[in-house]
Amino acid sequence: MKFRRSRKWLPGLLLLSPSIVAIGLFVYGLIFWNTRVALSGKHDEVSEYGFDKGKNFVDLWDQPSWPGAVQNALVFTAVFVVGALVLGAFLAFLMDKGIRGEASFRVIYLFPMAVSFIASGVVWRWLMNPAPPERAVGFNQLFDKLHLGALANSWWQDPTWGMAAMALPAIWQMSGYVMALYLAGFRSVPEELREAARVDGASEWKVYRYVVFPQLRPITLSALIILGHISLKVFDLIMAIAGKQIVTYVPAVATFVEIFDRHDPANGATIATYLLVAVAVLVIPYLVWSVRGERSR
Amino acid sequence: MTAPVPTAGRPVQAVKLAVLLAFVLLFLIPVYVLVVTSFKPLDEADPSSAWSLPRHWSTSGWSAAWDELRPGLENSVKIAVSGSLISAVLGSLNGYVLSKWRFPGSDVVFTLFLFGMFIPYQAVMIPLAGLLTDMELSGTIRGLILAHVVYGIPICTLIFRNYYVTVPDELIEAARVDGAGMLRTYWSIMLPVSGPAFAVTLIWQFTSMWNDFLFAVFLGAPDSWPVTVMLNNTAGSGAVAVQYNQQMASALLASLPTVLVYLLLGRFFMRGLMAGALKG
Repeated sequence: MKFRRSRKWLPGLLLLSPSIVAIGLFVYGLIFWNTRVALSGKHDEVSEYGFDKGKNFVDLWDQPSWPGAVQNALVFTAVFVVGALVLGAFLAFLMDKGIRGEASFRVIYLFPMAVSFIASGVVWRWLMNPAPPERAVGFNQLFDKLHLGALANSWWQDPTWGMAAMALPAIWQMSGYVMALYLAGFRSVPEELREAARVDGASEWKVYRYVVFPQLRPITLSALIILGHISLKVFDLIMAIAGKQIVTYVPAVATFVEIFDRHDPANGATIATYLLVAVAVLVIPYLVWSVRGERSR
Repeated sequence: MTAPVPTAGRPVQAVKLAVLLAFVLLFLIPVYVLVVTSFKPLDEADPSSAWSLPRHWSTSGWSAAWDELRPGLENSVKIAVSGSLISAVLGSLNGYVLSKWRFPGSDVVFTLFLFGMFIPYQAVMIPLAGLLTDMELSGTIRGLILAHVVYGIPICTLIFRNYYVTVPDELIEAARVDGAGMLRTYWSIMLPVSGPAFAVTLIWQFTSMWNDFLFAVFLGAPDSWPVTVMLNNTAGSGAVAVQYNQQMASALLASLPTVLVYLLLGRFFMRGLMAGALKG
């Protein structure tokens, strides 16, 4: 970077300084303070903070609900991220070569992104209702009517696969976004590259497999990071569909319960710190790589 | 992005179209159930008849939803409109500095800003609630706006910065040679070409503020609850029997503003999504 004389860059720094102060205080200052609470023994609202050397971070694993919450978040993340990526890429692949009414398809696949989980949760709760066959509703009733009764299941209330069902509304909401990313990506691959492969006798599938997809690694990485961090933080969706039930307990809901229901700031802060670390491990290498890569171009 | 003219043969084209249409049906299932149930009279609105059309069309669910949600809708309008305006102005100034008036270490500052976009807000919520109380903003609409604006700085700065990078440096240099200062240059050169970036930022921020639940439920109070919290409260397991027609109408009512914005200004919305992906 060129270092200009300070007279030249000082005004810029001044103009940016309100935001620097705000981010410094509200992001980094509060993260620091939250970590301080996590390291304290403040397990109710009146006691002093004190310092207990990270005991909370260890003790949390002995809480009956915590290991399950971590497992739920991981299952949800796996199903949601893979589901949204595959469905989004598949839809983009179908539309890549141009299709009649493409604009309308795009609008329909993307509109769920404009809807909050709180609103869509109202109807997903109905659709994924686990009531038994004789009074089946939602999807189970639809399966019954279509003579696909075997597909009926208990959706998110299933102890093993519940979180996979919980990922369905999230896939519904985000796969259009992935589709838009991939569609832009497909179209940015120069036609000459595809043509060259075709001349060499590659089938259309091989053109995608060996020419187009390798060009899209940065897009896949972006999508992975975006979906991954949304997924680790999932809160609205779970609150809207299941509330605080143990079968779909995840860390973001656990923070809420610790703070508001159990009045335990130290534990709430500890869970939030674990969440932050999980997101940071995912995002920081990507941010550094992105900003650096841009400079070297 | 212009769509290429379809080139593949007819059968392939037909299969693709059929698969895409099947997915359209799947994507619209929730909308169908919401709409038909919202127009049913109370005695028809029941999960067991979710798939059938109303025998008698009724708007009683909608008027009940409107009456109940109105305070929340008003709060949401206040929060999302003023919040997104402030966000856009801040983002524009920040993006200008980070693209055209870089200072030593500005890349580091930018990276530190961006990280703020990804943090789980739970990790600041406990001290944030305390800080807002100290500022006497706890539970107020102004407090919610402040939180949205501050945590919106990263994405807004990113959108404007990525947009301004495409404005040629020569224009800025020329203005500088003519003796224009930083703000003068912003006003006469950058601002006039910023329309698209403003549109993207306003839509993006409006949508995320309107749909926010996390900040509202942690930092709001009954007076300042936006529509999402009110909707979730009415949808919750109340002691009274749930009026499903009203509930579905409420969900639609709470989604209408963002869906309308999206349908009318979808092109800009798309660009906002691309900016969100950093390397769009």
